Amino acid sequence: MSELMMVKPVLLWSDVLVYLLLVSIILFFWQLKKNPVAAARWAAVFESRAGLASFVVIVFYLLIALTDSLHFREPLEQLEGQQEVHHSQEVSSVLDLILADLKAQDETTYSEPFAIYSFAKENMQDADGNVYRNFPRLKNAGSHLSSESELAGDIAARAGSAIAVSVLIALALCLLHYRLSGRHYPRVPWLSAYITFSLLLVASVTLLQLGKVYHVFGTDKVGADILYQSIKAVRTGVLIGTLATLLTLPLAVVLGISAGYFKGWVDDVVQYIYTTLSSIPGILLIAASVLLIDVYIETHPEDFNLVAYRADFKFLALCFILGMTSWTGLCRLLRAETLKVSQLDYVQAAHAFGVSHMRVIFRHILPNVMHIILISLVLDFSVFVLAEAVLSYIGVGVDPSMKSWGNMINEARAELSRDPVVWWSVGAAFIMMFILVLAANLFSDRVRDALDPRAR
Amino acid sequence: MALLTVENLSVQLLPGRHDDQPRTLVDNISFTLDSGEILALVGESGSGKSLTSLALMRLLPEVLAISSGAVTLGGDNLFALTENDMNRVRGKRMAMVFQEPQSSLNPVQTVGQQIAEVLNLHHSLSAQQTQQRVVDLLQEVGIPDPQQRAGWYPHQLSGGQKQRVMIAMALACEPELLIADEPTTALDVTIQKQILTLLNELRHKRQLAVLLITHDMGVVSEMADRVAVMRHGKIVEQAPAQDFFHAPKHEYSRMLIHSLPDRSHFLASPTQAALLELTDIKVWFPIRKGILQRVADYTRAVDGISLSIGRGETLALVGESGSGKSTAGRAILGLEALAGGSVSFDGQRIDGLSRTQFLPLRKRIQVIFQDPFSSMNPRMSVREILSEGMVSLGVQVADPEAEMRALLQKVGLEADHLDRYPHEFSGGQRQRLAIARAIAVKPELIICDEPTSALDVSIRLQVLNLLKDLQQELGLSYLFITHDLSIIPHIAHRIAVMKNGKILEQGTAQQVIEQPQHEYTRALLEAVPAMA
Repeated sequence: MSELMMVKPVLLWSDVLVYLLLVSIILFFWQLKKNPVAAARWAAVFESRAGLASFVVIVFYLLIALTDSLHFREPLEQLEGQQEVHHSQEVSSVLDLILADLKAQDETTYSEPFAIYSFAKENMQDADGNVYRNFPRLKNAGSHLSSESELAGDIAARAGSAIAVSVLIALALCLLHYRLSGRHYPRVPWLSAYITFSLLLVASVTLLQLGKVYHVFGTDKVGADILYQSIKAVRTGVLIGTLATLLTLPLAVVLGISAGYFKGWVDDVVQYIYTTLSSIPGILLIAASVLLIDVYIETHPEDFNLVAYRADFKFLALCFILGMTSWTGLCRLLRAETLKVSQLDYVQAAHAFGVSHMRVIFRHILPNVMHIILISLVLDFSVFVLAEAVLSYIGVGVDPSMKSWGNMINEARAELSRDPVVWWSVGAAFIMMFILVLAANLFSDRVRDALDPRAR
Repeated sequence: MALLTVENLSVQLLPGRHDDQPRTLVDNISFTLDSGEILALVGESGSGKSLTSLALMRLLPEVLAISSGAVTLGGDNLFALTENDMNRVRGKRMAMVFQEPQSSLNPVQTVGQQIAEVLNLHHSLSAQQTQQRVVDLLQEVGIPDPQQRAGWYPHQLSGGQKQRVMIAMALACEPELLIADEPTTALDVTIQKQILTLLNELRHKRQLAVLLITHDMGVVSEMADRVAVMRHGKIVEQAPAQDFFHAPKHEYSRMLIHSLPDRSHFLASPTQAALLELTDIKVWFPIRKGILQRVADYTRAVDGISLSIGRGETLALVGESGSGKSTAGRAILGLEALAGGSVSFDGQRIDGLSRTQFLPLRKRIQVIFQDPFSSMNPRMSVREILSEGMVSLGVQVADPEAEMRALLQKVGLEADHLDRYPHEFSGGQRQRLAIARAIAVKPELIICDEPTSALDVSIRLQVLNLLKDLQQELGLSYLFITHDLSIIPHIAHRIAVMKNGKILEQGTAQQVIEQPQHEYTRALLEAVPAMA
């Protein structure tokens, strides 16, 4: 039996949700085929350069999150005379296989990006047995070099060859795509897509190639590679953003629109609920709920026999709690906008045509408040990614075993007050977050423009 | 020498990301204006008349640019001044009155403070002198009890008084030129009359040059010394008012003049059985007070009106804003609850019906709204808009597609427009769409809530004619809610005059217009600007 056959797949609940999300996105675009008007609107999104480029970036992040959502447990080496196969307690993902080189190269403590010496002095002995303090060489990074003078040349050579190869691959892929399908859609600005794609491909190939022998973004306190962490954190960031946002949506939309549309006692009840909820500090609610979750995990150890299960459960609970406590802002906005829209003549005209309440809401109100939903969706997305960092700070965030930008930024509290400053950890988290949030913002801008017939 | 000279002025829309060519919005116009003279700049929406006034003040938005021309005010070339010097011209030598007094005044400052602000910008007066000037100005524009009203906030004043305050602000620094951009369009006719009279007095008293921008030919004929007609950014005709109205040279001017409906012919009332009958209906809105929101009193929007409309007949419900005429229309549609009285349609009581009980009647009573821009969902295509009512009311049509195409043709639109969106149509076309939507369900009565007041004059007549033709073809009855008395003889068989929720006078169109019984009706009729 090959080794691959013996891995044990692990399906976490968040994996299920990721794939459900993927399926619903695919279904959404698939049903567009039947609706030519809506299809033309969405086509407009991809016919704008910024829209297409940001879409490529988002897809890239999603791909990382998806490969990181295929989990399995590796088999342990069989002991003599053992029949059954035992599996490792550690849950890995397909992404871990790709990043195996980064993951394996642990150092002892901090090191700067591309450094071959440690960031901290250690006691060392020279040939004569004298003890002195100096910066030791790193265990893994640059171990093939004999002196620091070779460093720049080696980096340039490796980066150069990686870039050359990846540019060729990118060119070939782009040309192939253009020959096969791209040229049939002349209105799409393929060039921006190809440039974005090539940049992403070149960047990732180069980073991975250099990552084999260096710590491109340095290492953290316990010597783990920052690049590996920040890539692993993509899944956490993407998931906490989308899941928490999607959870706020139904509550905010249903309650906000019904309050604004039906008015009267419905409005009173909804307003009462969100006023009460928003007068309790959100952090307090979240902290209390997370502590409850912790207690639940403690008292049901049989359900969480792996660290990954615990982390996943805690993570989902966090998304849920974040969603439950932050729908009030959007709800308030939607209520106000619905109050305004429902007074407009076309809603009155619909009433005069005897159109049912449900249809009025779905045909007249919802499409005309959609821009607010889209905008706050993206703003919330970034807020949740950041909220995760804040919560990690007070110790109620995601499980420490789960890599997240929040945990990385949390570490920065101590790192930034050191002298010299350890900036690379927070820097890497910032860059990764910035690219994602910027792409999401640009994309939603285009979507909003495209869905508004007046804007064209 | 003339006070204001405009020579070959052109304004262009700078090319944006999508257009390569700059678009010329004001095209090479020239005119002059003397002290004490009123020049009416006439044109329909989009003709460039407001842009001209903004260009004179050098207040154009950034995407627009003056591409050629010169403007001289009392010998100074305005386009050669620095922005700083120009600021001394604005307000001090030329001032502007806008269309919408509601939004032109700052709601959190008293009117006195707002006038004083203008005064202090251009003069250095002591606090006491300023106060005195403010009171004088308010007195001059005819605000009663000016000493006290200077301390009032805009919301405490009526629409007409707000426009008077705007005029006082414009006059504060004794300008030589006053630009009035549709100063009375947002006002009721009786108030319009007062404001126009005020402007006329002021220009004689102060030798003020007035550039009056308007689309209302009645206003032009009452006020203007000279007329300049603008169309597509060009001045097509310029003439003294007398000559203009007696012998218009340009075809477009003739069309504008004839767009005023003939007021001497009346429609004969068809004597048919009543289709709709209102008996003493009341719509009261509760005024709630206190923590417990108890009902303290009622706003009596409609306070006991009775009227009837026969088959194939048009009843015009006339009144100024706030008279309760639109509320009466909504009450007939079942969109407002009645506080008293009864509505019967085709012999059947229809007040107090539930939503589902009213459903079969929705097919028979339809509505057309005033604002064609807000009456259609911007996110629905024409096809969806037309079919919505047909589907939800279960109108059985063999071939909906053909039916919708026929409907569009019937209202004078092209059948191929089915997949367009409302924003792709002009105001007049949208109103035609609204009419198509209403007749799609084959109603017997249509409530027309000011269907023409948001439209340009030339289009107004077309829409009225369309309504009339449809009435003849389909035997429709109309409840025609309007404040515009000038169009009534053209469309209505009978008239009911409404004020403060009550009907003051009712009769055939001829009776009411030729022999008005009530004092208020007479005031209304007198206030309508008419051609000399």
